[in-house]
Amino acid sequence: MAEHLLDAKGLNCPLPILKAKKALKDVPTGEVLQVLSTDPGSVADFEAFCRTTGNELLDSKTEGGLYTFLIKHTA
Amino acid sequence: MSETANNAKSLSIIVTKGTLDWAYPPFILATTAAAMGLNVTMFFTFYGLPLLLKKLDLQLSTLGNPAMKMPMMGMHMTMPNAVSMIPGVDAAATRMMKNLTKKKGVASIEELREAAVDSGVRMIACQMTLDLFEYSLDDMIEGPELGGAATYMETATNSDINLFI
Repeated sequence: MAEHLLDAKGLNCPLPILKAKKALKDVPTGEVLQVLSTDPGSVADFEAFCRTTGNELLDSKTEGGLYTFLIKHTA
Repeated sequence: MSETANNAKSLSIIVTKGTLDWAYPPFILATTAAAMGLNVTMFFTFYGLPLLLKKLDLQLSTLGNPAMKMPMMGMHMTMPNAVSMIPGVDAAATRMMKNLTKKKGVASIEELREAAVDSGVRMIACQMTLDLFEYSLDDMIEGPELGGAATYMETATNSDINLFI
């Protein structure tokens, strides 16, 4: 369902957030960005990022050391 | 900047330190705040001012840094203050830190600074420090404006968050 993908694996704070913000610019409003990360801190950070910016965190998944986020570009 | 509304929150940071370790917090917070839609101002003064120089060569010192422990050979090794006086030790600690950041996917200060500029972070170079340490704006990256304490205070009175680092 995610039409847009950001691979932020191997990157540490604050790069996943910075890259996601940049990637969201190219995601039309209403569409979904999928972010892959290996940074455990990004779980709390993407929640805070979405709460603050008003973008919608549709899903946050953990599988082994891989974190997957679905962010709907709403703001 | 286009997407930061007029009612956006704002952050100001006074940047006073220019070693490799101390350069991280202001740039990490400034870039993240900008990504989260805040209006951000960084005021570079004293040893923080050289962080605006075109070419950065940031160093680390073990001196006065008693809590500094580096992961080495599966353990954490303390860097005693006294060893800082031995030639080459600080350079080695700097190399170690730069290697660690690369290995762990931590951005370089250059990358973070570029991200700050790209995301519209307002940067003010302290005029007095420029004078004091004999720098000119020509030595600095494109973007910073000149200002003094009053310029900062005006920004600070209008900011939601003010940090001194």
